[in-house]
Amino acid sequence: MRIHLSSVFVDDQEKAVRFYTDVLGFVRKHDVPMGEDRWLTVVSPEDPEGTELLLEPSGHPAVQPYQTALVEDGIPATSFAVDDVRAEFHRLRALGVRFTQEPLEMGPVTTAVLDDTCGNLIQLVHSE
Amino acid sequence: MTEDVFKALADPTRRRILDELVERDGQTLFELCARLVTEHGIGLSRQAISQHLAVLEAAGLVLPRREGRYKFHDVNTEPLEHIVNRWLRPDASEDTP
Repeated sequence: MRIHLSSVFVDDQEKAVRFYTDVLGFVRKHDVPMGEDRWLTVVSPEDPEGTELLLEPSGHPAVQPYQTALVEDGIPATSFAVDDVRAEFHRLRALGVRFTQEPLEMGPVTTAVLDDTCGNLIQLVHSE
Repeated sequence: MTEDVFKALADPTRRRILDELVERDGQTLFELCARLVTEHGIGLSRQAISQHLAVLEAAGLVLPRREGRYKFHDVNTEPLEHIVNRWLRPDASEDTP
């Protein structure tokens, strides 16, 4: 068994896909109209057949309290692996991305936490 | 307020929280919890750390700062100066029992 799909709730799919592709650097994989919304997934260009990330509309009433509470406490529910957290931090900050946690060494890993502008905090991580 | 400062400082976890905030001001609860567990092996729940922060806030040693949807915690050393003044600079002492 492998992880095929994970999802983040986004308040605006078009804005989200721009952030996840133009800023973070993922690649659009599926973009299928589903009534008002789209089945919209992105993948890593380094692993196009790998786990897909679904940009899931956040309209369900449970989503906003969940996101609000996590963001207030700085909790990232999703984590992306990068080669160098500090390099990504500088690259993304130059693009205007807001970080709630600057790069921090925690034993064998370095992490940082950014705001994806669609409702979520995302952790970046690399291992030494 | 002075009583609250002594109470806040009496707990080792709360002293560690202040240590970490001195190292980097303006942390989220998530960052503080990660630092406490990796730097000091303090594996308390987020709720427990949140309660420790509330004690530090009541003593004025930590100032919560809301910025849009985020909440950051800043250290505030001013209450400590009153304690220092009381014994090290008695002329400037606060009138506390």
